[in-house]
Amino acid sequence: MTPSPSTSALPDAPAEAEIDSSCRLPLFVLFTGAATWVALASVFDLIASIKFHAPDFLTGCAWLTYGRVHAAAANALLYGFALQAGFGVGLRIFAQRGGARVCQPGLIALGGEIWNLGVLVGVVAILAGDSTGFESLEMPRYAALILSLAYLLIGLWTVLTLRRRREPGLAAPQWFLLAALFWFPWIYSTANLLLLAFPVRGVEQSVIAWWYSNNLTVVWLSLVGLAAIFHLLRKDAGSHARSGGCQTAAVSEADGGRGSERTALTPPLSHAMGEGGAALAGPGEGRLIGNDYRPLFAFWTLIVFGSWVGIPSTAPAPVWMPTLSTIATVLLLVPLLTVAVIVCGTLTPPPSHRMGEGGPALPGPAEGGGLPSSSSSSSSAASYPAVRFVKFGVAAWLIAGAMKIVAVLPGVSPFIQFTWFTAAQSLLNGYGFFAMTMFGAIYCMMPGVAGVDWPLPKVVRAHFWCSAIGVLLLVVPLAIGGVVQGIQLNNAEIVFMDLTKATLPYLRVSTLGNALILLGNSLLIGNLLGLSARYGWAHFVPVYRSMTRGPATMEVPS
Amino acid sequence: MNRGPLVFLAAFLALAASWSGFVLAPQIQIGRQQQETNVVNTAELYPQARPGLARQGLEVYRANGCAACHTQQIGQRGTDCEVILTDAGTNPIAVAEALVNAKVGISQASGAGLAAGLPKTILCGVTAEVAKAAVNAVRPTGAKAKIEIVPRGPDIARRWGPRRTVAADYLFDYPVMLGSQRVGPDLANVGLRPPDANWHLRHLYAPRLAVKDSIMPPYRFLFERKKIAQQPSPEALPLPAELAPPPGYEIIPKPQANALVAYLLSLRCNAPLFEAPLTPAMAPSAAAPTNAPAQ
Repeated sequence: MTPSPSTSALPDAPAEAEIDSSCRLPLFVLFTGAATWVALASVFDLIASIKFHAPDFLTGCAWLTYGRVHAAAANALLYGFALQAGFGVGLRIFAQRGGARVCQPGLIALGGEIWNLGVLVGVVAILAGDSTGFESLEMPRYAALILSLAYLLIGLWTVLTLRRRREPGLAAPQWFLLAALFWFPWIYSTANLLLLAFPVRGVEQSVIAWWYSNNLTVVWLSLVGLAAIFHLLRKDAGSHARSGGCQTAAVSEADGGRGSERTALTPPLSHAMGEGGAALAGPGEGRLIGNDYRPLFAFWTLIVFGSWVGIPSTAPAPVWMPTLSTIATVLLLVPLLTVAVIVCGTLTPPPSHRMGEGGPALPGPAEGGGLPSSSSSSSSAASYPAVRFVKFGVAAWLIAGAMKIVAVLPGVSPFIQFTWFTAAQSLLNGYGFFAMTMFGAIYCMMPGVAGVDWPLPKVVRAHFWCSAIGVLLLVVPLAIGGVVQGIQLNNAEIVFMDLTKATLPYLRVSTLGNALILLGNSLLIGNLLGLSARYGWAHFVPVYRSMTRGPATMEVPS
Repeated sequence: MNRGPLVFLAAFLALAASWSGFVLAPQIQIGRQQQETNVVNTAELYPQARPGLARQGLEVYRANGCAACHTQQIGQRGTDCEVILTDAGTNPIAVAEALVNAKVGISQASGAGLAAGLPKTILCGVTAEVAKAAVNAVRPTGAKAKIEIVPRGPDIARRWGPRRTVAADYLFDYPVMLGSQRVGPDLANVGLRPPDANWHLRHLYAPRLAVKDSIMPPYRFLFERKKIAQQPSPEALPLPAELAPPPGYEIIPKPQANALVAYLLSLRCNAPLFEAPLTPAMAPSAAAPTNAPAQ
């Protein structure tokens, strides 16, 4: 595939700054687009949620009726945010890990813009009443066409970026991302062709829609999210010359700033670690997060079992389908536990490395804003919450996975199906796991890419707390409410209206979670704007000054 | 496993397997499913395509995302049999003895009790074997008994449907909207429940008029306010004072509202099928074929 394994000193090796600057345009486009869509999605979610307080809220207009807003929120989150942020993170990981410049950054950015156009068309179509009626695939055909075109641009150049890598070996995040890059076009084309272009008959539509939805929300999101997690929490960051110190710095600074967290967090591994003890396989091999085949095992089991999940146990389809699906869901326990073991191993510091390397260098997170951004690879204390985001994401992934498994168990599923519990699970997966992980990745990657730090680290931290508390306030009430609703649904003595009333309090509490998530997402937009302003200040103001100083010095003598 | 082609191959194999399982295999198994003959009324094919207006109503249902809150699928925990004595014959005492001797769960029965108020359910919630044993036991005495198949489960008990829904029920729908959440009641058989078209229209316009404390949002954009031309339209919604339009105006359902109601009334999954057997209720109104969509 790629030139040679002896890579360390290729003459044409791009400098780190070059790699960073090649990522700049596409990442700006993809991440600002993603941030906008996640904020819009939370606006739609909030509108939908308020309707449980006042059913008459915003009902005059067909565009804002519950069913449409609900679908618009889900699609804005999935296609506008999740996929787009995933593309950006994947691109950055490929460039950083491979030590290669991004291939055709301009075309990827163009692809990003087309993608945003496609999502816009799709969401407007859903609001206008042109949704397809298939869950997770509500965007109509014409929007899907635009999205496919955009994906062609993004996916092709991302794969070619991977191909430019300087070591032939692939590390764990790269497998996950490569599989995800391949996964999406297959499932998306299958779903669009067989559901929208040449629809199959009857309940097979539902089977394909479940298959698609599961492969996107369980497999794809997990692949990309885990890639980001493995990339950001890796141990060998320091040893890998061009993987950029952003993550390591983030980890070490988190430790420097919050001594109390040491037990839970990687200590300053950055430069000391190297391949110490746990880092990797062999020369030229990909660096693994652990020293072993565990990520590989997680990868295999996730794609093999995960792709069969999704057919609910009551599906009015031949019974082997839900049965197979149930078995596959239970087997998801294997990748779940594997990832838990890997992540615990990463977060628990080996005793020999517990030195305060990060400590002296750092004034602590509070004053982080004042830190100079000496080089692109160093990051300020502002990026320390990035690790928190990612840790929250791991925990949410594990819990969401456990919820999914519990929900299909034969004794439990009759009490869970059709309730808010499944909604809670998918929100935890979407907002708690994937969005939080992507936020962490954005906070971690952008300073390196832009060459400037987040201007207001406090706002970054505020975003974390808004989102974290928001997700908890959203998911916990819905999960509890779902169980209550499920138990009552199974008791035919309870009148349906009574059980609806019984779930209302939980739904109403979750509105608070929606509001907090919206607040957090607006803070993300604010942070990105701040970063852009700082970038502009750093890059354009000197130019402007030098231009204006010219005439000024001319004028003074005259 | 750290080479690109290998990763690609792994992903390809995994996805190809699941694609064959959940895309290709269902197509082979149910992709060419045809209408079946009804077990009870063999002259009827099931299912029938929805009539035109109901078909349009499905589009309204899809456009407004009704499936976000309403499922269209009934679950069932199993099937019970009931034994109904239709004729006690000439010797009810012998029937009672035969039933007790058959050991089908009837420990004491008096002839007079059995003979009174026929037809009468004598066994309830038993397996097919027990029911058959009971029927066989009473046959020599000259009495007649029949077996009825009764699906059970909370959905059935809520009267959301007479049996579970199966693939055949959705054969001609596009898109099939099974729904995943029961924020509102299941609608798989809403066409079988008593309310008529006018009730549905009123419910869509002002849900809390029709169902107290309903959390369904009103769908007033499916209606329009019109000036009364000469005399009130027969279609005008009868509304209480607080919702009534100003004098001289009336609220008329738009074609979408009528289509949606026609669709709702066409929702009925109650034909007895081989894979979902049941004994249809012999209500007098069941003269119309049970599986025919409304209108």
